[in-house]
Amino acid sequence: MLDDFLIRAALAGIGLALATGPLGSFVVWRRMAYFGDATSHAAILGVALALAGSLPIGAGTLLVALAMAGTVSTLAAKGWAMDTTLGVLAHGALAFGLVAISFVPQVRTDLSAYLFGDILAVSKGDLAFVWGGALLVLALIGWRWQPLLTATVNEDLAHASGLNPDRERLVLTLALAVVVAVALKVVGALLIAAMLIIPAAAARGLARSPEAMAGLAVAIGVLSSLAGLGLSLWQDTPAGPSIVTAAALIFAAAAVFGRMSRA
Amino acid sequence: MSLLRAENISLRFGGEEVVSGVSLSVAPGEIVTILGPNGSGKTTLLRALLGILPLSAGRVVRAEGLRIGYVPQRLSIDRTMPMTVRRFLSLPQRVGEAEAAAALARVGLPGLGQRQMTALSGGQLQRVLLARALLMRPQILLLDEPTQGLDQPGEAGFYRLIAEVRQETGAAVLMVSHDLHVVMAASDRVICLNHHICCEGTPRVVSNAPEYRALFGLGTQGALALYRHDHDHSHDGGHDGGHDERQDHSHDPRHDHAHEHGHAHSHGPSDRTLPHA
Repeated sequence: MLDDFLIRAALAGIGLALATGPLGSFVVWRRMAYFGDATSHAAILGVALALAGSLPIGAGTLLVALAMAGTVSTLAAKGWAMDTTLGVLAHGALAFGLVAISFVPQVRTDLSAYLFGDILAVSKGDLAFVWGGALLVLALIGWRWQPLLTATVNEDLAHASGLNPDRERLVLTLALAVVVAVALKVVGALLIAAMLIIPAAAARGLARSPEAMAGLAVAIGVLSSLAGLGLSLWQDTPAGPSIVTAAALIFAAAAVFGRMSRA
Repeated sequence: MSLLRAENISLRFGGEEVVSGVSLSVAPGEIVTILGPNGSGKTTLLRALLGILPLSAGRVVRAEGLRIGYVPQRLSIDRTMPMTVRRFLSLPQRVGEAEAAAALARVGLPGLGQRQMTALSGGQLQRVLLARALLMRPQILLLDEPTQGLDQPGEAGFYRLIAEVRQETGAAVLMVSHDLHVVMAASDRVICLNHHICCEGTPRVVSNAPEYRALFGLGTQGALALYRHDHDHSHDGGHDGGHDERQDHSHDPRHDHAHEHGHAHSHGPSDRTLPHA
């Protein structure tokens, strides 16, 4: 069954959605959208470093994403103006990555695979990496769910309950780096943040509790992956952007539905 | 025996000492109010007692295993986060249905569990925050300006609720406020803060203290009238006009001198008689 490239692609999309649903909800609640951008754009730099140092791509992106997420997290804790800082870091990381990767001759031709993903070329090894990473993120967030929610609602409240908001922030930082490494193959560096934000944002209007929103975000992520793959197959469109297109359409439909059901 | 004790603590932001050399302790069942003008370091002090802010000097001692119920000054849940009142009460510890319903009923909001947090009025939100704090089975409640944004009847109602809760659960209460009205009558002990402790004692003692009058810019007449007025539980809002004046006086450099000299240093835990209800 796994020999069929379409099945592998679908499974990769589902695996990714499992992680991006809950993590994306936190990204939306904590207004970390740009944070996701900076970290995922840094993945291109990771690809360049991995190719230059003959490391596995996954390891290179994970390392650079961790470094970027850690940097952003530290700067945020020091009270930097995050809007500007993240703007600099997100685009700086992307530009550095693109320049660095131009020095690696064999990549020049298929750079778009790293920018927009190459889900139709997912191997069994890639699939194991995607699912391993996704389940790790899911386990991490599931384990810290209550403390994470408390710290997201109000950090002082978490503190007073004996929790450490810094530790919870670190959990999200780690999870984000893993998701970036995992998602690179599926939707590419430019669209990872979209997979985090759009399904969660679409789920917002339909949910009455944080758990419902995270669950719905997973469902919408899965639906987007399958619909995007279908579109790609039917119209021969690039798969990664097709998945994000599907997610955006679902978001629009959910927004309209949410408004109508409230009226 | 004290639940929570600060020993000569100081906090700095940048080069500025926001809280300097503050010692205080809260005994079980006591209602203590920290009173001070805006910018006097009250909230900073409270957050230091919670262990949120690092001290630059001194130490905070908590009774072992102390259960704290904290009601923050503001809680703005991001509109992107769906959260019912019921779900909120289960943060960070999950509580049973009956327990949650009882807590909501206790704060006067029975049946509000399915309401979204973002749809609550200011007064309802304060009560929900209190309900959540009560579900922690606190030995001490820490309240940061709990009645900010409430009208006077709402304020009076909230303090009555606090007094009842103290009666029922025996929890101590340490709250921070910048308004003088109902707070005075509801407290066993008042601590006036302007970066350091200016004066402290029973509401009656404090309202007659020259340091207190200097801090809030009140004549003898005004302070006494205010206190007695509040004691009678009549709230016609007639003293609202004095608010701005008080603020102005608190920034008057002269008053610093006034309480430098008048500083009584009578607030060591040992040489103080604590009034109890």
